[in-house]
This record gives sequence, structure tokens and C-alpha cells, in this order.
Amino acid sequence: MPSNRTVIEELPIRKGPPGKGSLKYGLRKSFQSGTLTTLLLFLPPALVLFSLFVILPVGEASYYSFFNWNGYGHPNKWIDFENYLRVFSDPVFLQSLGNNGLVILVSAFIQVPLALWVALLIADRTRSSVVFRAIFFVPYILADVVAGLIWRYLYDGDYGLVGTIFRWFGHDAPDVLAEVGWATAALLLVVVWKYFGFHMALFIAGRQNVPNDVIESARIDGASRWKITRFIVLPLMRPVVVLSLFFSLLGSLQLFDLIIALTGGGPLNSSHSAVSFLYTFGIRRMRVGFGSAVGVVIFIICVLVMLFYKRIFMRESASR
Amino acid sequence: MKSFFSYYRWLVLLLVASFCLVPLWATVIGGFKTTGDLRTNALGLPRHWVVDNYISIVSTARFWQMLWNSTVIAGFTVVLTLLVSSLAAYTLAHMRFAGRKWIANYLTLGLTFPFATAVLPVFIRVRDLGLLDTYWGVILPQVAFNLSFSIVLLRSFFAELPKELFEAAIMDGCSYPRIFLRITLPLSRPILATVGVLALVGSWNNFLLPLVTINDEAVYPWPLGIMQYQGQYSIEWGKVLAFVTLTMIPAIALYLMAQKQVIAGLTSGAVKG
Repeated sequence: MPSNRTVIEELPIRKGPPGKGSLKYGLRKSFQSGTLTTLLLFLPPALVLFSLFVILPVGEASYYSFFNWNGYGHPNKWIDFENYLRVFSDPVFLQSLGNNGLVILVSAFIQVPLALWVALLIADRTRSSVVFRAIFFVPYILADVVAGLIWRYLYDGDYGLVGTIFRWFGHDAPDVLAEVGWATAALLLVVVWKYFGFHMALFIAGRQNVPNDVIESARIDGASRWKITRFIVLPLMRPVVVLSLFFSLLGSLQLFDLIIALTGGGPLNSSHSAVSFLYTFGIRRMRVGFGSAVGVVIFIICVLVMLFYKRIFMRESASR
Repeated sequence: MKSFFSYYRWLVLLLVASFCLVPLWATVIGGFKTTGDLRTNALGLPRHWVVDNYISIVSTARFWQMLWNSTVIAGFTVVLTLLVSSLAAYTLAHMRFAGRKWIANYLTLGLTFPFATAVLPVFIRVRDLGLLDTYWGVILPQVAFNLSFSIVLLRSFFAELPKELFEAAIMDGCSYPRIFLRITLPLSRPILATVGVLALVGSWNNFLLPLVTINDEAVYPWPLGIMQYQGQYSIEWGKVLAFVTLTMIPAIALYLMAQKQVIAGLTSGAVKG
């Protein structure tokens, strides 16, 4: 039976008094069983909300991005690709994208390996593993704003942990968040702290999906712990690693709250991400056209990442 | 060899655990310190336990007001997300009708859409609907942005429920809405919990959307409130840390109570691939 036809369409249409098989009978029947009513009641809430607040806004963003508009009245100053030219010639925006790239690099080369390493140590079900697992996930459940404020305190030269550590060695503490370069590095550390628990949880789930009999038989054949990890566990966990990297990419592109709470994008706008750039230079100044252009650029990057991931994923599953 | 691995394992795990916990410890304990104490003694116990920081916060109406605001917003977001997405997922999983595939694909489009792209138009829409500075100005866009992922999770769960149940129910003359209420929902508690936790945490921690649609302090959810408080008392870290600690309590309490559901919910993207 084809799936995309209504119940009503499938009923044979015949003239004559309402009886079994007639259109009228079918309609009445479907009202009684509630098919039509159900559809008319169940689907519209989702369709309306989704169209109104997700699909239309994304379309509108691409429309507004061609205007010079402050959000009041109707957009009427069409300026072609001017906003996009401004976005891409803005050194602060380019640096923000660069920071997004740095977050991705740190995630790929520090955070994900760390999470994988730790996950392999606590993937069993012993008591200590369960406790450590619970601890490592705690930073992830905190709000980004909270994580940002906690570390803003820790980095404070006068009060925080960094200040204390420097004073132990008899130095005056640097004001980490006030120096270009250092502020971005500080941000990267917080990203690792906040999100590695998430990746760890992914890897633990992935590790538990590796069949135990394979590992058991390798162990009986005399393979060392390292060899089992290197040649059996890690290859089988490849898809999870790819997935985890994909989440890093998308997560980096959404990074916002943490930056506002930690550095506010400063010093000298050196620690923005694409979204905090959008907020600071598009929304706060109500430059709707310019902000929308930034939003569209973020959107396009997200879609490219998604397509790229799908291709890798398809290839991975085809090769198995 | 085994004992070497065991030492190495503990060493690594304890180092990482302290990396996770020391910042939190410094925060909680910092709320009990005077400003002078904080300056010289970030990690140790307070020389004099000061509870004023905490008391000065919990005794203000403002603090409770913003927790209440966040609770209302999160409550409605969870209920509406579950309701709207399970209704849609049910029709997509169990009913056959024209354009079903189209609608299913349309509703999953949101998986690729970053909220930041939509934020300016969403602001303008919320403004034009007259919902700025109201709970609904946060709730409705949040629910809308939850829909795609929730529907994907729910629909695939619903589709795997045993077909015989539905056939038997239809034979007995049970209507579709009744099947939904009496069979589908009761059997789907685990996935509903997952979707609910995801919506709850997302709403509770949301910052960008209320930042854009809420200007009136009386309606501030707590993430806006905490940023404002920090701006106000930026150098009095004891107060700020006490505030941060108090806002961590609900999140950690939820985590301790429903650890399994929380982890499942927050990593559910991985389960589905």
C-alpha cells in the first residue's frame, strides 16, 4: 500500500445509497474512527509553531540580509550584497571565525582525545568507574553562563585561583582575561572543562557497544591491553569519534553564552565567536540587515558541516 | 602489570576529577568568604565562615522572582514540547495520509538550523505579536526549536512499538486519539523522559533568546539575572560566587535525582546518530 495517500482516496467511489464501500460511508467511517479529525487536530500545532518560529525566520533572515534596516517599519533600503561585503571585510568577524576554528582544533586535538582516553578507563561497571563518570559529567550540566562566571573568577588576577598560584611563586598575577591572546587561550581551556564530559559520555556508550566476546577471545590469544585497545576497540569506535567531532564542530558554531559571561568578547573584541559577534554588532545595535547576513553565513557553514558529515558517515557505513 | 595499570588509572582519573571539581569547590567555598579572605586564600576553607553573602541573596524577592520566571518558562516549554511533538510524531508514525513524507521531511528541516540565524527575525516576530517581555515570547520559540529533534526521537520510538497492539485496538473500534492516549503514550515513558529532560535543561539554561526578547527585569529568567547581578557587584566576588552557587543547586539536584535520564537526554543525539 502506498504510504502517501489518504484513507479517503483509497476508498472506492460508487454511486448509490450510503453503504459499505461508498464515499459517504468512508467519510463517515473515518470521522467515527477519528482519522480526519485526528489529523486536523494533531498536526497543525507542530506545523504552525515550526513554520512561524523556525522556517519563516530563517527565510526572513536571508531576505533581510539584503537590506539596510534598523528593524522598524518595513525594510526598504535594498543594498544588494553590501552587508555580506561588510561582514567579510570586518577584521573582527574574521577573527571571530578564527576563534571558532581554534575551538574546533582544540576540541579535535585535546578535548576529544582526553575524553576518549578517560572513557576507556571508566567504561567498565565497577563502583569507582560509576562515581568518576558522574563527576566528569558535572561541568556539562551547568549552564554556560555559570561556567563562564566561575572561570572569570578563577582567572581574576586579584582574587582567583590564578592569582593565588602566581603569588605562591612570589609573582604578581597577570590579568589573564585582559590580555589579547591570553583571553582566547583562557576561553579554550574553559571549553575543554565544560564539554569534555559530554564527549566522554558518548565514548562510554560507544565502548559498551563493542562486543565483549571479541575482546575476550583476543585476551585468551594473549593480546596485551594496549594491543586490544589499539587494534580492536579504537577501530570499532571510529564512528563514535566521527560523531563526536561533528558535535564539536556544530557546538563551536553555536558558542555564545560562555563568551559573554567569561570575556564579553574582549579585550579589544579579540575573543568573540561568530554568534557573539552577531549579538554584539548586529543585535545590540539593531543592525538587522548586517546581523542577518552574519546569521546566514553561520547557517551556510552549518549546512556545509552537515553535508560533509553525511558524506563521511555514508562512506563509513558503506565500507562496513 | 595489573597493579601498574591500576595505579596509572587512579592517577589519571584523580587528576581529571580535580580538574573538574576544583573550580566548583572554589566557587562554593568562595561564597562563604570575605573579600579580603578571597584575595589571599582561594582554595582553603574560609578563615571566618561568612553567610551574609548567601543570606543577602535569598532574602531578596528578586532572586525568587527570577527562579520562578525560569520555572514557569521551563515548565510550559517541557509540557508544550512533549504535547506538540508527540501529537505530530504519532500521526507520522501510525497514520497513512497524503503528503506524510513531505510533512515528515519538512518538520525535520530544523535539525540543521542554528538558532543564531533565526534570532533577529524571531525577535521581530515576537515583537510584532506583542509578546516582548512575556513568558510566551521565550516559550513559543523554544518549543518551535525543540520540535524537529523531539519529533525525530519520538517518531522512531513510536514506530517500533508492536503493531499488533494497534491492529487489535482498531479492530475493537478504538479511535486514533484514544489509541494515542491509552496505548502509545503509556508505552513511551522512557523516550518522553528523554525528550522532557532535554527540553527542561535547554530551557533552564537558555540565555540568547531571553536576552533578546526580555528587557523587563520582572520577567528575567535566572541566566539574565545572574549576569546583571555580576555587573552590579563585579568586584565583590563573594556575593557573585554565592549567587552562582545558589543557581547551581537546582541543576545538580536534578542531575543527582535522575542521573540516568539526564545523561540519556543530553547525549541522545548520539543514540540516534
